[in-house]
Parts: sequence; structure tokens; C-alpha cells
Amino acid sequence: MALVLNEEQRLLQDTSREFLSNHAPVSNLRALRDSRDSKGYSTELWQQMAELGWASIILPQEYGGLEFGFTGLGVVMEETGRTLTASPLLASAVIGASAILLGGNTSQKESLLPAIASGELTLALALEESHHHRPNRIATRAQVDGDNYIITGNKTFVLDGHSADRLLVVARTDGETRDTSGISLFLVDPDSEGLRRQRTSLMDSRNAANISFERVRVSREDIVGEPGQGWAVLEPTLDRARVALAAEMLGSALEAFERTVAYLKEREQFGVKIGSFQALQHRAAHMQSRIELCRSVVLQALTAVDETPEQLPLLASLAKTQLNELVKLVSNEAVQMHGGIGVTDELEIGFFLKRARATMQTFGDSGFHKDRYATLCGY
Amino acid sequence: MDSLEQFRTEVRQWLLDNCPESQRQPITPEEQYWGGRGGSFASDDARLWFERMRDKGWIVPEWPVAYGGAGLSEIEAKVIKEELKALGARMPLYGLGIWMLGPALLEYGNDAQKEQHLRAIVNGELRWAQGYSEPGAGSDLASLQCKAEDMGDHFLVNGSKIWTTAADRCDWIFCLVRTDSTVKKQEGISFLLIDLDDPGISVTPIELISGESEFCQTFFDNVRVPKENLVGELNKGWSVAKALLVHERKLMAEIGSDSPRQVVAPNAAARTYLEFDNGRISDAQLRSDLVDYDMEMHAIGLTHFRTFEERQAGVRSAAPLVMKYVGTEAEKTKSELLLAIMGSQGLGWEGQGFSDQEIDTVRLWATSKAMTIAGGSSEIQLNVIAKTVLGLPQGGGS
Repeated sequence: MALVLNEEQRLLQDTSREFLSNHAPVSNLRALRDSRDSKGYSTELWQQMAELGWASIILPQEYGGLEFGFTGLGVVMEETGRTLTASPLLASAVIGASAILLGGNTSQKESLLPAIASGELTLALALEESHHHRPNRIATRAQVDGDNYIITGNKTFVLDGHSADRLLVVARTDGETRDTSGISLFLVDPDSEGLRRQRTSLMDSRNAANISFERVRVSREDIVGEPGQGWAVLEPTLDRARVALAAEMLGSALEAFERTVAYLKEREQFGVKIGSFQALQHRAAHMQSRIELCRSVVLQALTAVDETPEQLPLLASLAKTQLNELVKLVSNEAVQMHGGIGVTDELEIGFFLKRARATMQTFGDSGFHKDRYATLCGY
Repeated sequence: MDSLEQFRTEVRQWLLDNCPESQRQPITPEEQYWGGRGGSFASDDARLWFERMRDKGWIVPEWPVAYGGAGLSEIEAKVIKEELKALGARMPLYGLGIWMLGPALLEYGNDAQKEQHLRAIVNGELRWAQGYSEPGAGSDLASLQCKAEDMGDHFLVNGSKIWTTAADRCDWIFCLVRTDSTVKKQEGISFLLIDLDDPGISVTPIELISGESEFCQTFFDNVRVPKENLVGELNKGWSVAKALLVHERKLMAEIGSDSPRQVVAPNAAARTYLEFDNGRISDAQLRSDLVDYDMEMHAIGLTHFRTFEERQAGVRSAAPLVMKYVGTEAEKTKSELLLAIMGSQGLGWEGQGFSDQEIDTVRLWATSKAMTIAGGSSEIQLNVIAKTVLGLPQGGGS
């Protein structure tokens, strides 16, 4: 039963929802924003999340993992989408852990995965080099120098990049800028000489960083996967990230939608509830129908990670596109249907609107994924 | 091997042994067997295939054996459906009898009605029409006026029904009729079975924008209908109708994936009609529209699968209620996309210069416009979702 939650997952959903609504409501994100928190997330909350096993949720038990798979992760991601919870869950526990799991050697797995699983070590993927997601367009160079590599280049939109303990840097050891071959992944200490991090302040009040590498020296042992074969690790890692993010986006859309429907039942104009107006009913019902399709797509994509990885590229692009469109529709309608109060900072709907835009740009906008889906379909 | 896989293996073998080769080819509308007094088989193989499936009970696998089914579970029936599809096997029998009236009789009919009608439906003896809409009662179905007066030993029916599919080729009709006009409109409706050969009935075909006349208007002028033809209780016909509408909407939602008309898929049409550049469709707009459509169908297919799994697991969700809306809207999108892909070849109406398939595609484009109107228009579907799923307050006109 891939498309229906099992008993274990329903339990996980209940406990996640209860924990997050008590410990990480949307007001926490507002507080982080208003205090211009240096980390951008609560270390204490992250520690609690790790204690619940969320930092290790996809990892095998041999590395201290909960081994719930991506269907389990999806449940938690969806709930963190409802509360817009800022944490290293995606950047470290999903992307960092997946890259090491898929590409790391035995010693990297043994030294890094238990630390990721316990939440004490956080990773961030330094990938993008332009203002659109183009994972194969890598100009950052890593040149061999004896037993070392020397990295030079610039990265942008590195999620959790300013706060992570280690960076996973995508650099080119061979080939031309758009080749998928010749790409390598490196584990880099952010305190390395020649590395500069600049935190950026985004509309969704989360973390991202611009990072520059000026002849940063990295040991040959810190390559993840085979030199020049990084694409084989990077692509499935990105698909996992897209699917996990899609689950988060589903949760955000559900929350914004439910809040909006509740408002339609409560707000009165012209002497009646505005939810009795067909002009609003049809738009709300249309959103419900899009949500139903999106739920199926997200569940199938999560299942594909665990059970049918050969279908993952197509399903990840389907899921990311559909969820991009869903959060855009729902967040815009949520603001519009709330009317004047919808454009005030006081109402939390604005946080959903802003988070939606950030997620839409993260790991591929609809244009990117529609092109990829069409290419995979052979046209 | 678990028992379901065992069952699947047996089904597959039986179909291989029993489905004639000629019945594994795509079917044309002319070759479909709809049964009834005027029905005929397109070939001896079609008859053989029908008889074998009928005797096996697999035309309606979920119905009780006593009424011509095989008494199988929903999941076993799904296995049969999947194996039929995998083999490309034709449906041996089409009709509202097996799709709609049968399930309604199983739920609401009395023993005598089940005895009289269910086997006749499976045997293809009678072809059924549906009499719901009226010229003055479309989306507002419950306002119907076709009247059945209680005359003691029979009902006297007067009025007319519209959009009665193929009523000129049907034998019987199941109708919603007004039996009480003094109460709330939904509470004075009854469900009647009427023999179309009865005196006082006349049928006129309606020509559509597709050029076809598959729908009719059916007139009732002092038609005497026996009391035993009432299904369910008097004035409780609306409940029967609602149950039937669920079947109809499910059917219409599935038509996209299981169309009896063979129309080329848009991504296959693209290979015939569009220019490619380095493996990509050169026209950026059409490529984008095509991927939108393919993704939509992918999502709809997964949602059908989810609703099935949810039923098996006893989980309720809103998904089944949105499927008619999204399925029929996607079907219209598909037709528009095909025409756009075919360009001026997608304008052919008849005669030379166009293949049969091109003409069919154009005609089906016109037909597709009815899909978001019939069986509860898209607007009605949205009303239903707003009310039953979202619990929004009743407003004017909904």
C-alpha cells in the first residue's frame, strides 16, 4: 500500500504534528526573523528533532538511523511544511546524508553518518552557480596538486550554507562547463583558508549563503564518490531532495489552504459568510482537486526512492513541477481570499506566500522540471 | 506466491486460452456490442468472446453468481480488468445495464426485480437507456417535472426526458419521475423502469456539434407503467439516483484512460505532426502544453491508483470526489492539444484529404465538449466539492 499511510506512519504523523505545533509553530519563524537570529534556526529545537530520530530518519540502523525510508521522511517533511519550521532537516539529514550514503566510502560513512544521525554534524550542499537551478553547469574548478585538490570558484543559494559544519562542494575536475562527466563532490571545512561565506537574507526568513573559493586546499581523501563521476551521486541526491521538498511543500499548501477555508466560514460580508459565495467556492474546490492530485504524486515519488529508484527521475520532476504550481496557486489564493488582512505582516499567511516562492526556486523551477520530464519522455 | 498472484496467473492463462486473436485488437465504435433486441455481433469471434466471458461470469465479476456474475471481490475484479487491458482484450459487452442499472438494482432492487433484470442485462438481452435530464432540468436535476401519477394498479407517466443516450436503439429506460409535487423537490422523486415499447412513447434523435446523434429526446404521453417497476421506495428515488451518479461519474472519470474510441495519444501524435530538433519538439509552446498534459494524466493515473488503495484499506479521502472534474477537464484538454498538434490536418470534417483517424479525432474533439457538461457539469462538481469536502455554507445557486 504505497499510497496510503500505514499504522507506523500515521503514528509518526500524529507525534510530528503534536511536537511541531507545541515546539515550532509559525510564530517561532517570525521570532527568528525579527531577532535576526545568527543561525536562522533554533539549535535547541534541532537537538529535540534529532532526539525524536528525525535527523536519522532515512539512514540505515547500522549508522544509528531510524530506517523509516522516504515514505517516513515524507510524513515529517509534510508536517514541517505546515509549521514552516526552519531546521537543517533538508540540507543535512536529507541531502547531506543521501550524498554520503550514495557516494561515500566506508570510512566517510562510518565517521560522518552517525554524527549526522545524532544531529551534531550538519552538512550543506554548495551547488548552484547562477540564479537558476542548473546542476550540470559547474564552472568551479578543482585542480590536482599532489595529494590535494585546489578549489576555485563561486557558489550561490547554498541552503544552510553559512551555518553548516561541513560543505559538500560540487566542483569540476574535468570537462567543460555543461558536461555531466568530470564533476566531483568534495567535503570541505568551511573554515578553510581562502573560503568566504556571506549569509544572504531571503524573503522566507531561512538560510542561504553565497560562498567563494579562492584556492581552497582539500585533501584527496575528501572526495565523495569517484573523481569525475560525481554526477552519479549528485543526480539521485538532488532527486531525493526534490521529493522531500515536495512533501514539505504539500504540507505548506495544506496548511495555507485549511486556514483559508476556515476564514471563508468565519468572515462575513453583505450579511453572510463569504464562503457561501460561489465565486470563492469554485476556486476553493479547484484547489482541493489540485491538492488531491499532488498528494498522490508526492506519495508515489517518496515510494519510488525506497522501492523503484529507476522511476525516480521522472517522478521527482513530476512532483516538483506539480508542487511548484500548487504552492503558487494556493499561496496567492490564500492571500486574495483573506482580503486586506492577507497583505498584513500580522497574519501568518504572508509567511506561507514567501516560503512558497523560495521552495519554487529550490532544486528546479517548473521550467526546469518540465523540460526534464519531456526529455525523459523522449520529446 | 500469494493467492492473489496465483489468481492473476490463472486469469492470464484463461484469457490467453479463451480470448480470440481478433478480439485483442483495438475496437471501433461500430464493432462494439451493446446487446438488446436490436443488437448484433460484428463477427463470430465477437459472439464467441462474449459467450465465454458471460459463462465465466467475468462480464460483471463482482456480481453474485446467481445473477450472472462471478461473486469476486473488488480486488479480484481489478486483477481481471488489468489482465484484460494488458492483453488488449476488447470489452465483450457495453451498456448502462452492466455499468449503472445493475449496481443500482443490486443495492436498491427487490428480489423480483433482480430476478427479472440482472441476468437479462448480463446476457445482453436488453439494452438500457437512462432518463434523468429534462429540457427544463439539467444541472438542477431535482427540479424534474416528468410526472408519474398513482392510478391504483399502475402509474401514468407524462412528460419528456432529454439526453437519453441511444434511446432509439434501447429496449428499456430507467427514469426519475415526479411522484409528489407538494414536498421539497428532492423528496418527491421516484425511480421507475419503463419498457420503451409501451404505447405512448416516442423517441427523437438530437444532432450534436460532432455531427453524431447518439442522444435523443424521449416523450411520454399517458404511458401506463406497472407498479412493480418502482425501484426502492416511493418518493425515495433521489437516493437511488445519487448512488447511480457516483457510478456514472466514476465511469466518466475513467473514460480518459479507457476510451472505447481509439484516438492517438498526444505524445504519439507529436511524432507524426511536429518537427523535432535534436530530439526535442521545436515548437516551445506545444512542447510545454504536451508536457503539462502528460503530467496531468500521470497525476490522475496515480490518484486513481490511490483511491483504489484507500478503498482496500478502508480509508476515506476526498480524492474520489474530484476525479470526475479533473478527468473530464483533462479529456477536453487532450482533444484541444491533439487539434493544435495536427494543425490544419486537425480541421478535417469529412471526405478526402484526411485519414479516418484524423476525422475521428476532430469529431471526438467536438464530442469532448459534452464531457464536462454531462453527468454533472464541472460547475456542479465544484459545488459538490465545496459543500461535501470543504463544508462551505450553501449559497445561492448551488
